[in-house]
Amino acid sequence: MTAYILAAILTGAVVTFMLRALPFLLFSGKREMPAWMHQLGKILPSAIMAVLIVYCLRGARSDFAGTGIPGLIAAAVVVLTYKWKHSTFISIVAGTAVYMALIRVM
Amino acid sequence: MSQKEVLKYAFIKSLPVLCSYIFLGIAYGILMEEAGFSWYATMFASVVVYTGAFQFVLTTLMAAGASILTVAVTAFLVNSRQTFYALTFMDDFNQMGRFKPFMIFSLTDESYAVNCSLELPDESGRTGFSSELSDTDRRRIMRPLAVFCWLYWIAGSVMGALIGQLIPFSMEGIDFCMTALFIVIFINQWEKSRNHTAALTGIAVAIICLLIFGEARFMLPALIIVSAILVFYNSKTAGRAKK
Repeated sequence: MTAYILAAILTGAVVTFMLRALPFLLFSGKREMPAWMHQLGKILPSAIMAVLIVYCLRGARSDFAGTGIPGLIAAAVVVLTYKWKHSTFISIVAGTAVYMALIRVM
Repeated sequence: MSQKEVLKYAFIKSLPVLCSYIFLGIAYGILMEEAGFSWYATMFASVVVYTGAFQFVLTTLMAAGASILTVAVTAFLVNSRQTFYALTFMDDFNQMGRFKPFMIFSLTDESYAVNCSLELPDESGRTGFSSELSDTDRRRIMRPLAVFCWLYWIAGSVMGALIGQLIPFSMEGIDFCMTALFIVIFINQWEKSRNHTAALTGIAVAIICLLIFGEARFMLPALIIVSAILVFYNSKTAGRAKK
């Protein structure tokens, strides 16, 4: 491993950690997090989950037939099986199986 | 909860991440190997950086000999969305003492999602645990859970670097298990709350931003806009409650 590779990887590591730690660095000790930010943190999970789902299905924008339709169908399978059985395991296996099958035939 | 139960619960909750990280890690290991990097460089990157998408970009940057400044700026742009994740777990991580730095370090898209899912009643019958976790137990579970996910990612990367070329069948599409987990968590949150403002705003803004900014760049603007809308909405409803 050359010095360059080591430096590049460590740079990536430090920047990534600082980003994850930023709220903790800004609001530690005496400085408390403002109430509005606290509230935001509590309601963000479902908004972030929505953004992550769109992120996972983003291929629909450029490659609608190839990965878009399989992704949307598989997502529908996840929703329906989860509404039906309420089992994380069944929904993940069913959705992934449908997706893997569809991208091979479409 | 006994320590054994905590570990078992954490392991069961980590399974979707196992399926995703092992195969995504293998894909990363193969990419690094093909770009001419040694398996220990791959392992080192996965141990210290621990972020899916950016590590793929980093491989391309290193192969092209990009400057350290470019690496830093790219890391900033690709990962800045994760700053938002800490907001949800400030209180929890602050209670974790020596484990706090590791919890912050290991806050990826996936571990954030799984940590969110810990509050939810889920498969209580199947795993034999009660559906309502106390805050103490939830925090005890989050620790081994974070370690498990990190180890899956490292294991997958090293496997990809060492034996990735030997895998005879295509695993393409296996990463959908993470999409499925995000959807399941989303539905659970939806069923649990009476107010769907955050969920609906999230979907609408994400789709609009995807159309405007494109696939590679939409997440950060989407999160900033969603946060701004939610803060505004919160202040309005709080104002109305006071009157």
